[in-house]
Amino acid sequence: MPKPPPLLSLQHISKSFYGNPVLEDVSFDVGPGEIVGLVGENGAGKTTLMRILFGMPVIAETGGYGGRIELDGAQVSFKTPFDALDAGIGMVHQEFSLIPGFSTTENIVLNREPMKANAACEVFGDRMSVLDRTTMRSVAEKAIERLGVKLDPETLVSEMPVGHKQFTEIAREINRENVRLLVLDEPTAVLTESEAEILLEALRRLAAQGISIIFISHRLHEITKVADTIVVLRDGKVVKEAPSEGTSVRDIAAWMVGRSVEAKRPDLATRSFGEEALRVERLWVDMPGESVRDVSFSVRSGEIFGIGGLAGQGKLGVPNGIMGLYAGGGSVTLHGKSVPLNDPKAALAMGMAFVSEDRRGVGLLLDESLEWNIGFTAMQIRGDYLKRYLGGLLKLRDEAGLRKLAEEYIELLSIKCTSPKQFAKELSGGNQQKICLAKAFAMQPDLLFVSEPTRGIDVGAKELVLKSLRHYNRDNGTTIVMVSSELEELRSICDRVAIVDEGRIAGILPPDADIADFGLLMAGEVKEEAAHA
Amino acid sequence: MRKIKEFAADFGWPRIIIFLFLVSLFIVAPFVGVSISRSLSDTLNRFGQNAILVLALVPMVQSGCGLNFGLPVGIIAGLLGATVAMQLGLTGWLGFLGAVAICIPFGLLLGWLYGQLLNKVKGEEMTIAMYVGFSIITFFSILWLLLPYSNPAMIWGYGGAGLRTTITLDNYWSKILNDFLAVRIGGSFVFPTGMILFFALCAFFVYLFFRTKTGTAMTAVGSNPDFARAGGVSADKMRTVSVMLSTVLGAVGILVYQQSFGFIQLYQAPLYMAFPAVAALLIGGASVNKASMVNVVVGTLLFQGILTMTPSVINSILQTDMSEVIRIVLSNGMILYALTRKTKVSK
Repeated sequence: MPKPPPLLSLQHISKSFYGNPVLEDVSFDVGPGEIVGLVGENGAGKTTLMRILFGMPVIAETGGYGGRIELDGAQVSFKTPFDALDAGIGMVHQEFSLIPGFSTTENIVLNREPMKANAACEVFGDRMSVLDRTTMRSVAEKAIERLGVKLDPETLVSEMPVGHKQFTEIAREINRENVRLLVLDEPTAVLTESEAEILLEALRRLAAQGISIIFISHRLHEITKVADTIVVLRDGKVVKEAPSEGTSVRDIAAWMVGRSVEAKRPDLATRSFGEEALRVERLWVDMPGESVRDVSFSVRSGEIFGIGGLAGQGKLGVPNGIMGLYAGGGSVTLHGKSVPLNDPKAALAMGMAFVSEDRRGVGLLLDESLEWNIGFTAMQIRGDYLKRYLGGLLKLRDEAGLRKLAEEYIELLSIKCTSPKQFAKELSGGNQQKICLAKAFAMQPDLLFVSEPTRGIDVGAKELVLKSLRHYNRDNGTTIVMVSSELEELRSICDRVAIVDEGRIAGILPPDADIADFGLLMAGEVKEEAAHA
Repeated sequence: MRKIKEFAADFGWPRIIIFLFLVSLFIVAPFVGVSISRSLSDTLNRFGQNAILVLALVPMVQSGCGLNFGLPVGIIAGLLGATVAMQLGLTGWLGFLGAVAICIPFGLLLGWLYGQLLNKVKGEEMTIAMYVGFSIITFFSILWLLLPYSNPAMIWGYGGAGLRTTITLDNYWSKILNDFLAVRIGGSFVFPTGMILFFALCAFFVYLFFRTKTGTAMTAVGSNPDFARAGGVSADKMRTVSVMLSTVLGAVGILVYQQSFGFIQLYQAPLYMAFPAVAALLIGGASVNKASMVNVVVGTLLFQGILTMTPSVINSILQTDMSEVIRIVLSNGMILYALTRKTKVSK
């Protein structure tokens, strides 16, 4: 059977932000009535690709894109999302764009309401016509029926369960006369499993009616279930385009995360650990965008424990919760002693230190000297770098001691700066990160939390940061818990890696485990008790 | 040329302009018959009188609470200290030091309450502070009438109840600091040694405080509250401490002002006391979130210098009273300038 001509054809799309390539030579086709599943890790370029397709102004503002987009064989280039809408492309975003105080019907037909003329129109023109409620309702009902779901047209959006909101959004998009292509960005992320089932069913119905769909999801089994073709993006490139038939979730996971084939860790055999240092049980943390629901794990003394996972799944909430920066509950013990939560001072005083992922927001005093940045926490918590006067009655800052400390770490971590008096804001990202590490090291911690230590710094600095962590662990026997979005990084340095998914630990693997296993855990495919690894 | 430019950017154009203006006033002064020595003496006097009020702003600036437009809270504590000391019949050194001792607990209490309020309105401190200042003055305007003061030197002569608007400190502690070790040179120049020493003592105390662990934590809270929190420092506590310190310094500041001025001014008098102090600190080069002792000294000297010189010099030239206009333009213009450039700090 000859393939029908594609509805949408993306050809050699490339895009870079300020010299950083995010998409390189991306090409794939979407046939009429075809469902294409688009998968990739965070930062693989999915969102950017959809923004280009939809004509979001941010693309033009940052210098446009390369390559061409064809719709029905003719090249198109959308200047605004309205052009894309007119061309028959509908988009359902991850966040709802509905008006909470309006009913389902009103939301579905918003700005396209059928009108009814009346006497005033004769005098003042069409602007005086009123809403035709009956037609509105029947139009909305038709759209809902097309979707094949049960929705009450009169319910207010604010009173609906999330699943229904998602359906209302889709109904609104397909209510347009000419809609031919529907883009769904993580539509199932907020849905329960049964709601997701219904949604997938609805998508298949729409496809059967000839509407093409681009479906973006982290849940790989949904992709294999619903998509005809699967496109895998990694680091801005299409690494695989395969028909969904005969493709297993495991394959996709491997394509999605796999960079180097094997992580060789010959050092693993020689590593030895003491007894249990940190024990976390049933931890929950209320950190916006990174909430932790139920996390339990234990780390042995001298171990480097990695926590990975996709953005927004809660991996960042774990260290922030234990260090008391966000409200949380559960039980955390350090060497058998209970750690009080929601109390940063107590957590620090117990010998834990934290390098925050929010370097500029939490990690640094941008307007103060490097001396202050490095020595501050040690001074406040441990009472270091204070000189006593008048028999201890008066304790003043020991400027010379602070300077010595700063110089020591500038030397040790080869921090590039003009002097210890330089302001932290004047350093580059990599050097700022080293200052954050120095601050934590100055605490001489027993247990060190490091969150996203290499985010936003260049490759050379990355290596140095990882090396100094490894050395610090080796030389001082410090237990390190490292949270990172970069799986490769975790696999290269950690002794065990836990993957967090939806606020829970999906599994704990040795770093040299098969890359596909990591991918599966990230995609939430394997649910298992996180007790042992 | 570049060095000059850099220096100008560092020192700040407004300060340079004000400095040049002040210098030109001193140059013009002899030609219009204004005595330089008397002017210098007046400037120093007013510097000593106001410097502690300016110093009182520093702790709150450093802790990130912004410019303390609620300085009248401290002034009220000082007024309570002064009136209670008078009521108790304390005179001379005992009177002044007694007033200081009495005003401190009032300052701590009012400052603590004020601090609790400011912790609830983070980001809007300066606006709220201004209204706190206005409110407390109005509230105490009622209390001055109602509180059971009975010293005949203080209360209204005719009704026999309620405090007068202006109470003279003659026979109590008028000029007690000014005259302490005062150096008289020539006919009209007097160096108010005691008052300047007292200011130096207060400034040294504040300087030392900012080198302690608490002072360091306070500066960090002002610089980045999230950093401080991650370092185990309670931002709210540090802010409260800074407000209390600010309020107590404000109370001591007004006592020094009164002894030099010779009168206690009650009721509406303290209403706008915060503005000249804020303007002086800003002219000194402080920003909304950073201030140093140098800012206090330089700012107060420049601002009070202008205030002393303009009436005498300009009035002699123009034959009309422009001093008040210039004072208002200068202080409010400076505040406006500083608030629009929140981040820039000059050393």
